[in-house]
Amino acid sequence: MIRHLLSTEDLGRDDALLVLDTAEYMATVADRSVKKLPTLRGRTVVNLFFEDSTRTRTSFEVAAKRLSADVINFSARGSSVSKGESLKDTALTLEAMGADVVVCRHPASGAPRRLAGWVRGSVVNAGDGTHEHPTQALLDAFTIRRRLGRLDGLSVTIVGDILHSRVARSNMWLLSTLGAAVTVVAPPTLVPVGIERWPVTVSYDLDAVLPKSDVVIVLRVQRERMTAAFFPTEREYTRRYGLDADRLAAMPASALVMHPGPMVRGMEIASDVADSTRSTAVEQVANGVSVRMAVLYLLLGGTREVA
Amino acid sequence: MATTATGGSLPGPEASGQGTVRTVLSGADIGRVLTRMAHQILEKTSGGAGVVLLGIPTRGVPLAHRLAARVRAVEGIELGVGSLDPTMHRDDLRLRAVRPLEVTDLPDGGIDGSTVILVDDVLYSGRTVRAALDALAEFGRPRVVQLAVLVDRGHRELPIRADYVGKNMPTSRQEVVAVRLVETDDRDAVMIVSEGAG
Repeated sequence: MIRHLLSTEDLGRDDALLVLDTAEYMATVADRSVKKLPTLRGRTVVNLFFEDSTRTRTSFEVAAKRLSADVINFSARGSSVSKGESLKDTALTLEAMGADVVVCRHPASGAPRRLAGWVRGSVVNAGDGTHEHPTQALLDAFTIRRRLGRLDGLSVTIVGDILHSRVARSNMWLLSTLGAAVTVVAPPTLVPVGIERWPVTVSYDLDAVLPKSDVVIVLRVQRERMTAAFFPTEREYTRRYGLDADRLAAMPASALVMHPGPMVRGMEIASDVADSTRSTAVEQVANGVSVRMAVLYLLLGGTREVA
Repeated sequence: MATTATGGSLPGPEASGQGTVRTVLSGADIGRVLTRMAHQILEKTSGGAGVVLLGIPTRGVPLAHRLAARVRAVEGIELGVGSLDPTMHRDDLRLRAVRPLEVTDLPDGGIDGSTVILVDDVLYSGRTVRAALDALAEFGRPRVVQLAVLVDRGHRELPIRADYVGKNMPTSRQEVVAVRLVETDDRDAVMIVSEGAG
């Protein structure tokens, strides 16, 4: 198993499947009356979040606690970081406190990789800038596999703000590693430069792609990252790229609708679609805990020397 | 992978290089041993009422199924059979590479009030059984927990003993006891591999 989880681009097929298989075991723990395993007793997990995130941080916290690890939440706001401490000094401080895993979210792409060079423990990327969000992709793959029974040969469509989305990048790499065919759909202004080097098909027409999709992953339009006008109006975006009931009806009957959250209802996804039985949004949250437990176990469950 | 720490389920003696391999139980021997153990289980549990056989992966699971099949043949009753992966409760996780998790699968009725018999291939330090006892407590409260092993090779590190033993096999710590079963390997056999001793 790998030492750090920084991206899905360099995650091999065997390691990815090991995470998914381990997560299947972890999911059974959630069904028990005592949702706790002693496995990581005495280990320390630090949640180092330089960006606001409730769901990812909480998910990692629940995962670590179910494995009996100690959890320290360290958010940039109101900490030494707001007083001007550098990432490296923060890292060395955490190191001195004996962190075994640092779960890092950072607005700068590549920050977790820098961090991994400075600390002895493992680093898990919980989202860095517009680069990657590997545990989100793993939980999406896990959710698809649980619902549809496989990943190999599926057609997965990712629609929305591809340019700013680390979820899109991580999903694209992971799902193609696991044998799915990925199509990205977005307004031309929200498709990144150089996308021809990615293992995806690009389309600007959602209605043409939907009937062939086994899974549609709807992304949030990240207005906080938008520094320019990428589309004229929200209504126009919704009309061309929003997933509504009519578009849901155009998809195959077994096709899934996924959303990494938080959802903006009425913008990229209609409320009745978000609440339909084919939407996995809530399931994804539960699966997120199982997948993060699997990642923590695989990074921490063995000896450092062999791992 | 090939380490002597638990001396249990190894991929096979051929993997261990130039050591000498001694077959202690042949396939037919294993069959006879399991038949005797099935009878002992029936005798000690007064006919097997409320007994659940839980195999410890990997090779404890097929052994549990074989014992259940023999009980069915002798007494015509159906024992509960399942598997219990103790990995998450081990105390030696940090001493080796991360272990992949195995299946835990309990019979539908659960284990509350039942007589659980843990089944494993080799009993060595006792640490696997200790972990299994902890894992078991998460699923309920059996009335009695017993232990059945195909091979007891000694060198216990914890106060644990087996209720049903297929074969007591004195070994040195330098030796490896390798169990092979047709369900997981190519044949039935129990071998002692002495590394570098030959």
